[in-house]
Order: sequence, then structure tokens, then C-alpha cells
Amino acid sequence: MADLATAETVSYPGARRPDRHREVDAGGVRLAVVEWGDPGAPAIAFAHGGFDFAGTFDAFAPLVADAGWRVVAWDMRGHGDSDHAVLYSWEADVRDALAVLDSIGSAPVALLGHSKGGALALQLAEACPHRVRALVNLDGLPSDRSWPDVAEHTRTSLLAAELTGWLDHRRRSAAAERRPGTIDELAERRQRMNPRLSIEWLRYLVTIGARCDPDGWRWKIDPSMRMGGFGPWRPEWSMWRLPSLGMPVLCVLGLEVEAMGWGTRPSDIYPYLPLGGRFVPLDGTGHFVHIEKPQAVADLVLDFLS
Amino acid sequence: MRIPVGSASGEAKVVLVHGKARLALHRLRDRGDGRPLLLLHGLGERTPDAVPPELVAWPGPVWGLDFVGHGASTVPPGGGYTAEILMADADAALWELGEVTVHGRGLGAYVALLLAGARPTVVRGAVLADGPGLAGGGASPGSPSALSPPAADGTIPDPFALLELSRDVRPPDYALTYVRQAVQLSGLDTPVAVAAVVRPPWLEAVAGEPGVTRRQAAEALALYARV
Repeated sequence: MADLATAETVSYPGARRPDRHREVDAGGVRLAVVEWGDPGAPAIAFAHGGFDFAGTFDAFAPLVADAGWRVVAWDMRGHGDSDHAVLYSWEADVRDALAVLDSIGSAPVALLGHSKGGALALQLAEACPHRVRALVNLDGLPSDRSWPDVAEHTRTSLLAAELTGWLDHRRRSAAAERRPGTIDELAERRQRMNPRLSIEWLRYLVTIGARCDPDGWRWKIDPSMRMGGFGPWRPEWSMWRLPSLGMPVLCVLGLEVEAMGWGTRPSDIYPYLPLGGRFVPLDGTGHFVHIEKPQAVADLVLDFLS
Repeated sequence: MRIPVGSASGEAKVVLVHGKARLALHRLRDRGDGRPLLLLHGLGERTPDAVPPELVAWPGPVWGLDFVGHGASTVPPGGGYTAEILMADADAALWELGEVTVHGRGLGAYVALLLAGARPTVVRGAVLADGPGLAGGGASPGSPSALSPPAADGTIPDPFALLELSRDVRPPDYALTYVRQAVQLSGLDTPVAVAAVVRPPWLEAVAGEPGVTRRQAAEALALYARV
């Protein structure tokens, strides 16, 4: 399969595959870890968003690495080239992230996260401040504004459908498979979820985040995973981590609201910004700030880290 | 999906497949008429070898499920436990047994409530009893902690289960949405019975809700045996 995959490589301007690939064992779950840049340079770890994978940093990471950083990214469990686990949870993702930091060394590192990875980085930074010397959050500050206020009886029937749907999905999950397609079909499907991303970029991502089976390309992500959280998670629980942080903090927010994002506004963030924290809202930019504007966001990050 | 494991005696085990995990569903008692009683154990426990004394009056068969990471069920590498996954474990048992009355201890009581709300026409009464893991992580998140994962060694019960399922947040209003769903959709007057003496915030809220009865486990089972 690997031969077929490499036979159909798609390039994208500025995108560069990692310089090194390695693995980390996180309590029996094998995580795929990648690195860009000089292995002796100061380290910064990148955490991707939900349903993404480390390869989504292929355009952004080289800009940071070429400025003198060792960029370390990993595929979260169930994502990209990492193991499909039996169980998935927020706490397990935080613990896996710590296993990746352990593999870099015991000295504190800079930590950057996008979307879910940003929220995860907030929690890791509060739990282990001695491991994180600076924190960058890229459009990963959930607010509660996107949750509709609906009448109780409507809420109950909504929940009934959601619960039944989730349990029925679990029942089928042992035999679940992702739908195969061509590179173009997978890119187009992805674009329906991420309409601001170019089809050229998404075609490039397919060749990394999907594998080529005899009947077509399939995203590598564990088919037992579903979009959206399930359980008693509340968006403000992540935001509550922010004021606790004592290391330098940079938060970047895309102001174009889209379905994949949180709908968070600057006024939701200001009350929680830690003392001395930097906040940069970006006009005309959606949820994937580092993919839409890799150079501008890299400049912000490098200026912050210097 | 199921894999029967035959036995000539009254005891038997069925292996259920839920995602990548295999779950042990034990038949504790075959005799009797009517609907099965499904036992859900507490955190760190496993299905008992015999029907507990306070439950022997149940007129029908009695079964018990070992949750993932417990008893004879799969111990997954790297943890990742949530109460909702345990609810889906128990849902796999409903698929095997059909309509049941559920008795849950501790963590199993919380899971029994979730299941009663999620499958309100299949669960005919849920009894919530004291047991390990009843409180979980409280009503809202505490200070986070993170420890590097140890090497997987297959210990039973899984230390990750003990860690994660004693810290998961259980907001009272979240628990109440399941109660209301059970009340609205089950057709039973009192689909949930609180037998637990200790009532952490989620259970205190549940116990005060219309459609929830407060009585000892034996009495609650007598009530559900008649519906």
C-alpha cells in the first residue's frame, strides 16, 4: 500500500514532510511522532485538533523550524499513523501528550495547540507548569455562546436522538470502516466540513492522512471515532484553565465564524486572559489560522517566543 | 455481536463484543420466570459469584456484566475510560438480554441511570445502590493532574479505570437530563429508584426529582417485578 501511496504524491507550495519520524509508547498505545528542524535546537511541541493529524502542520511547522526551533508533533491516539485504541478520552489524550513531552526530555518546552489541541495544551500547562515554558493557543478557546438555549422538552427529545444515535454507532463500531474514494472525493468531503480550506491543500492532506486500499483511499482515523464530544464536557471548563497559567501565553483567534470552530468572540476571552498574556484576533481568518495564514501566524509565534 | 461460552451447570458466560473490547456477561441464576435482572458492579469490583442476599427475591433470571477493564473483560492498553463508554458496554448486554431491570452499585449505579435514560423502553426500572465509585470526580472539574503513563502490564482491575472513573465529572444537571428522559419516555411512574444511603451531588439531585422513588433495593425490585 505504501508504494501506491507514494506513487500518488501530491505536492503543495511551502509544505514539507517532517525531517524525522519516531514512535512513543504511551502506556501500550503507540503514538507516531514527527520532527522538523535541528534536533539540538530548543523544542516546541505542536498538538493538532480533533480529526486532524500531525501532517496538518506540514506548511506551518517548517516556518517555525527554519527559524531555529525543533518542532515535535504527534498523531493523537486513533488519528493519523498512531494506534487505534480500545478507549478514547480527554484525560487519555492529556496523558499521551505528556508521554510525548517525556520523549523530548525533562526540561520545560514550548507548547502550541490548535483547536482541541489548544484546549488540551491549556490543561497540560495547568497540570504540569514545570514542563511548559511558554504556551501558544491557536483558535482553541471554547466558549459557551454556540450552545442554543432551547426549551426543556425540546432539549429532552434532542438528547434522546443524540443518545440513541451514539449507542447505535457504538454497537456497529466493531465492524465500522471508513468510506473509500479517490483523492478528489476525500478532499471534497473534507471541504464540506472545512469550507475555507483550498481543495489543493486538502488533496495534499489526503495523501498523508489517508491510506490507499485496493478499493480506494480511506482516512486513517479510527472509524469508531465520531465528530463532536459526548458526555458532560462543558466548553467553559477549558476557559477556566486560562487565568491559572503563569508561563508566557499567546492566544490567536480567527474572527471568521465557521462550523468547525467554537464561535468564540474576543469579549469571551478578555476576562480570562492571564496577566501579561498576549491576545491576537485575526480579521478575515477562519478556524485554521495556521493553514490560512502560515507566515503571519509563524511570525506572531516567533516574535512571542523570542 | 456475541460469542457464547457454554456450560452444563446453571452458570454460564456470554462474551459480548463492543468495539475492540470483549465483555464478560455472567449468568448467575437461570431459573425463574420473567424479565432478567442485570447487575452492574462498582468501580474496581467484578460480577459476584452468587446472587447477593438482598436481591435473591427477584423472580426472574439474574445476570451480571463485567465492565471493560474489570473481571473477565478486556483490559485495554493506555486507559481512556468514561462513564459513557461503560453505558455502551451495558447497552451491549441489553442487546443480548432484551428488556431488563438494572441494579447498579456505586459507579454501576451512575451507569444504570445513564442507561435508563438512553434506552428508556428497554430498561424497566433502575435501582441505584451504594458502592465503590459512586461520587466520581464531583459536580465540576477540580485541579487537573497528569502523570506519565506506566508500561501496560494487564493488571485487573485496570489501574487506569480506577484512576479515571474516580475523577470523571458528574454534574447534577447532566444526571437530571437522563432522569427526565427516563420519566418522559419509559411509560413507568417511577423508572428510577434510589437505594443508596450516601448521596453525592448528582445523586442528591436525582433523588429529589419527580418520577424517582427512594426505597431499599429489595423493595425497589419488588416494585419493578410487578411492572
